[in-house]
Amino acid sequence: MITFDDVVKVYPGGSTAVDHVSLELPTGKMTVLVGPSGCGKTTSLRMINRMISPTSGRVLIDGKDIAGQDEALLRRGIGYVIQSAGLFPHRTVLDNVATVPVLLGKTRREARTAALSLLERVGLSAEFAKRYPAQLSGGQQQRVGVARALAADPPIMLMDEPFSAVDPVVREGLHREFLRLQQDLGKTIAMVTHDIDEAIKLGDVVAIFRQGGKLAQVGTPQELLTAPADEFVAEFVGRDRGIRSLSFDSAAALPVADLPGTLALDEAGRPTGWLMESGQVLPTGGTFTAADSLRLVTDLAISSPVGIAVRVNEEGKADGVVRHHDLADYLAARRAS
Amino acid sequence: MITYLSNNSETVLAALRQHITLALIPVLLGFLIALPIGYLGVRFPWLYHPLINVAGVLYSIPSLALFVFLPVILGTKILSPLNIVVALTIYTVALMARTVADGLRSVDRLVTESATAMGYRRLRRLFDVELPVALPVILAGLRVATVSNISLVSVGALIGIGGLGQLFTRGFQLFYIEPILVGIILSVLLAGIADLIIVLIQRAVTPWTRVQRSRA
Amino acid sequence: MNLDYLFDGAHWDFASGSIPQLIVSHLWYVLLALALGTVIALPVGLYIGHTGRGSFIAINAGNAGRSLPTLGLLMLMVTLLGLGLLPVLIALTVLVIPPILTSAYAGLRTLDPGVVDAARGVGMRPMQVLFRVELPMALPVLMSGFRSAALQVVATATVAAAVGLGGLGRLLIDGLAVNDYSRVLAGAIVVAVLAVLLDLVLAFAQRWIVSPGLRASK
Repeated sequence: MITFDDVVKVYPGGSTAVDHVSLELPTGKMTVLVGPSGCGKTTSLRMINRMISPTSGRVLIDGKDIAGQDEALLRRGIGYVIQSAGLFPHRTVLDNVATVPVLLGKTRREARTAALSLLERVGLSAEFAKRYPAQLSGGQQQRVGVARALAADPPIMLMDEPFSAVDPVVREGLHREFLRLQQDLGKTIAMVTHDIDEAIKLGDVVAIFRQGGKLAQVGTPQELLTAPADEFVAEFVGRDRGIRSLSFDSAAALPVADLPGTLALDEAGRPTGWLMESGQVLPTGGTFTAADSLRLVTDLAISSPVGIAVRVNEEGKADGVVRHHDLADYLAARRAS
Repeated sequence: MITYLSNNSETVLAALRQHITLALIPVLLGFLIALPIGYLGVRFPWLYHPLINVAGVLYSIPSLALFVFLPVILGTKILSPLNIVVALTIYTVALMARTVADGLRSVDRLVTESATAMGYRRLRRLFDVELPVALPVILAGLRVATVSNISLVSVGALIGIGGLGQLFTRGFQLFYIEPILVGIILSVLLAGIADLIIVLIQRAVTPWTRVQRSRA
Repeated sequence: MNLDYLFDGAHWDFASGSIPQLIVSHLWYVLLALALGTVIALPVGLYIGHTGRGSFIAINAGNAGRSLPTLGLLMLMVTLLGLGLLPVLIALTVLVIPPILTSAYAGLRTLDPGVVDAARGVGMRPMQVLFRVELPMALPVLMSGFRSAALQVVATATVAAAVGLGGLGRLLIDGLAVNDYSRVLAGAIVVAVLAVLLDLVLAFAQRWIVSPGLRASK
């Protein structure tokens, strides 16, 4: 666990970057620090590996104050990923990844072998090992950055806007892979972003900072969406937070109706489309399973040509439908309870 | 020119040998001295501007004046090659200290920061990360210093020791064009070869600068 | 060695061979060489930078120029053309051309291509792009090339004295010939001061002609 204990950072010149922040980043979870620019989120992140020292207050890792620890040794035990990766241009991808293990005293050969398997883990084939960073796309560089941070298997990772330099499509893919990776590894992660959607998507815990280095609210993404502490948080998480909060609700409890006769099925019972009166068959536009979110169901019901979302089981067989007025009733009843 | 060469091969070779020594020893010495000085200009940013100003002034002292003065300051004989070596070393330091500082300053801040964040200590970071990344800039400066040194040596001929420059003064005194031409050609050739050698070294030690940028 | 020569008032009267007279002749060589070199090198550098044709020449001109021994060139010219201003001017001009050519080229080449694109996009003709956008933006780089050319010529013009011409090199050569180190020292100091002053003047000129918008980003 990483603990901020009443931390203040005042820069020479008098500007307060972090103003009495107390915060706990739970072990094995991803905590996202988010806020507008100049809110102290990056300063806070950089105090965890002593790139910046607090003016007052303490930062503790697993209960131990880091102020007394050797800076270089502390940092070797903390993975660090930054925007556009900060890769060493003069080293091959493989040697970039092997950096920290070599610093920790591993032989180059050992470190390289380990690095190779890490590359695979972040989705880069062995052919990239001998390339230089300049030969990679932004997304590939970012993967190398993640692999490099993971190389010494540090329990803690710091990520400073790690995905903001790549285009949205690539970012989407990196998010997915990163979540999968984190599910396996269970690192204690602190990540900084200015993008609230990214924070809500990736964070187990989200800490929203406001201008002047003050903490506005800390909570799970769902808590922030459904119960923002004040106007600033409500404004910051965005206008369609109602719809977005449905992402965290499972469709498992949603009552379904029997399949109507107008739903066309193939021999295996999989839905193929809606039979219209004109004789046309229109596509269903997608299906959901009990494991999906209410947000997906709502979207399907609204976008369906007949206003009905189709549920399927694991084999893809249609086993029920939800009409959009039934969905509206369900959501209304849920709010009332 | 061929006749001149064959009749005077020994003089020319001796001049060439002296030229090489007088030009290259200062390059090496100057480079080694400039490295720590340039680093200080980066480590302590307030030193940077005084540093390049002093370097600029040193560089603006005419070489002839420096060649003449050093014996008085160092107590060496006027005909001692040491004067040339020290003078050219001063020029090399003036040129290279700035280049080293600029090279180190040109290293992407994100790169040095991520090195620090990964747990590099200052000195190791300098040798493992900053210097290698700055190498293309530093070697480009070394090329300039080497080539200018080679052409500057000949000015020493005005005080009696100047490698190939002695061919110039001899030809000038005798109003005889061959030795001057031979001297110029050899001097330019020498500079070209030295330059080429540094380029080859650069290619060998900085392979990452030559990779084609594929943005796949 | 002492400063007697430099501080002897008699050497500062404007007479033939006096320090002020040598400064004037020295500056005269420097300005002629700079003017001539600029007239030759600037258009060529701008052309190569603007069109991208012949980049090889511009990139290598710098080192090729530096590798030419000025003293040899000077003595060659005098041997070929006889004594006079012309051979000295040729040798010094050859020294001026490479830095100006290279910096004109580099100044244009290192511009943000987006700006040049935008200039074309708003309908500027090629010459308008060059003179209204590229050249003003390349001025900082161009001026630094010009300043280093000026520094070099001030220092190198001293060798003109070796072939019997004037300039501050006279103090060095003549002082050396009669073992008058005070005179040599005077020459060296005056040349160095002249170089620094000229660089200061050029630095002010640069501040004056370069748009403040370009300075802010530095």
